Amino acid sequence: MNIIVCIKQVPDTTEVKINPETGTLIREGVPSIINPFDTYAIEEGLRLKEQFGGKVTVISMGPPQAMEALKEAVAMGADEAILLSDRAFAGSDTWATAYTLSRAISKCGAFDIILCGKQAIDGDTGQVGPGIARQLGISQLTYVFKIRELDPESGSIIVERLLEEGREVVETSLPALLTVVKDINQPRYPTFLGIRRATRMEIPVWTTADLPDADASRFGLDGSPTQVVRIFGPPKREGTVELISTDSMDEAAGTLADRLLAEKVI
Amino acid sequence: MALLEINKDECTGCGACVDVCPFGALSIVNDIAEVDEQCNGCGACLDVCPVDALSLPERPQAAAEELEAYQGVWVWVEQFQGEAASISWEMLGQGRRVADQRKTTLTACVLGHNVERIAKQAIAYGADRVFWADDPSLAVYRTRPYASTLVTLVRQHKPEIFLLGASSRGRGLAGSVATELYTGLTADCTGLDIDAETNLLRQTRPAFGGNIMATIICPNYRPQMSTVRHRVFEMPVADYTREGQIISVEPVMSEDEIAAKVIDFIMEQGEVNLADAKIIVSGGRGVRGPEGFEPIRELAKVLGGAVGASRAAVDAGWIPYAHQVGQTGRTVRPDLYIACGISGAVQHLAGMSTAKVIVAINKDLEAPIFTVANYGVVADLFQVVPALAEQFRKKLHK
Repeated sequence: MNIIVCIKQVPDTTEVKINPETGTLIREGVPSIINPFDTYAIEEGLRLKEQFGGKVTVISMGPPQAMEALKEAVAMGADEAILLSDRAFAGSDTWATAYTLSRAISKCGAFDIILCGKQAIDGDTGQVGPGIARQLGISQLTYVFKIRELDPESGSIIVERLLEEGREVVETSLPALLTVVKDINQPRYPTFLGIRRATRMEIPVWTTADLPDADASRFGLDGSPTQVVRIFGPPKREGTVELISTDSMDEAAGTLADRLLAEKVI
Repeated sequence: MALLEINKDECTGCGACVDVCPFGALSIVNDIAEVDEQCNGCGACLDVCPVDALSLPERPQAAAEELEAYQGVWVWVEQFQGEAASISWEMLGQGRRVADQRKTTLTACVLGHNVERIAKQAIAYGADRVFWADDPSLAVYRTRPYASTLVTLVRQHKPEIFLLGASSRGRGLAGSVATELYTGLTADCTGLDIDAETNLLRQTRPAFGGNIMATIICPNYRPQMSTVRHRVFEMPVADYTREGQIISVEPVMSEDEIAAKVIDFIMEQGEVNLADAKIIVSGGRGVRGPEGFEPIRELAKVLGGAVGASRAAVDAGWIPYAHQVGQTGRTVRPDLYIACGISGAVQHLAGMSTAKVIVAINKDLEAPIFTVANYGVVADLFQVVPALAEQFRKKLHK
């Protein structure tokens, strides 16, 4: 099986602090990590390879330092990696990102399955996966919670998707693109041998010149339909917390219940 | 990869741009601003530069007459098992407001099987016109047949704005439709309004786990597409005396052209549907084990609410992932959120801090959850939660 995993290097948003004066992010000293949802996609790809054979290719688009994320994926066990990095890709919105990744995937040749995380924790859009699927004209299965069955021979896959009302069981034909949620697996740690292999591996960097069949006007800022016009701090919650006295638990519960009934939220 | 251009002759090295850059891409080196590859071309720095030394490359403009051919506001009405999703009515309410601002019409797209009732409801909730595609192949949501039907309708009728709920289905559908149409899509918006000068849709959304807000426009492509989070906008009141036009349309794909088959649906028990819940009672590390969720379930039951959980409780295996609230789980916006034994990590707050009223029950007054709470009880949840359930049972006569 030819398995493609798309990953993104993101700032660890749990470490991000806000400048209280300007309301903007302080990114100094914030570590870059593989988008956590993408680590589940990598793990699922490795498990499929272990079960069915084949290879796992990891692709990322980003600045040169995104190479670290790819090396980490290789250390986990990915066979090949490609970094898409070019000034012309900068400023890509979800449309241009999906376009660029899909052209790179096409160049890699035939594939059976593409795995992505359900969304990246910096942008939180969840749109690039569906965008890639549409660009390539293949089925999309979002929010996959479990791969129930996969038959590379007949080219069919059955998955469970996590939706608002419950789990949907859906079958489709390969190739397909899956975006995965956290519960699908527990990602492995890189191994010592894997880290050694990753350190030595020369990961190719593709630029626009490596995607000659693509429409260059659809890359980066120029190819992006959306524009960010303003960035600001989130609105603060007004007021301060009213602490309920806990001298008597019944009284505290009674007071709190009365407050909530007065708020008319029950 | 930097996009920003800095006029080094003009730059005074004041550092104003460094302070506002949300991506940390700017720094002052040798008394002059320098930009690195973190720059995303967002333009946040352009206005603060006192000497206008910063610029971004010009982008091609679409011809005005081409854009003006697109008119009207559209909303996709999501349905599951023949019932419309409440988020779709919220979208119609907001769509109505936006359409009125643009002095134009509101159209609902209802896809499903035996859903004429939903088409009529859409008019009651504010639509002037409904495109109604009714076919067995559309009974259950599947991306390809839904997307192809919507793409065809958009190409025929050219709406200016197209809104979808940011549900699991809506996000997948919007991504597919916008990709095929080659137009801009802003995901998970929490604010929408029309710019008085340009008439463009200003779409505001949180990013970086809710740490910043970004306002996004789509000036050169149509329709301007957004998905909007659940419970951001008020639910409109249905008015069944409203009149509107229902236009029956054919699906674009036939069943044998559709690869995906939905073969089963496993409903979650009533306590999980966090997206729709007006009241959520959540447990965290403080519940100390799977059985610790019992008093939380009990309180949720008395209040008719859903049961949520923090990542710590889910990771410990005390409760399934479907209950997880927060950045890696679900984003919720209930009227009342009662956090029991939850410290309030940034990722958890990102998923619930827009609830109308927040109650924190935690032994540790220093826990960050108290910074977003309206009411706090500093005590053991195993004492407070059952007492609270008892009080509500009395006061609500249950």
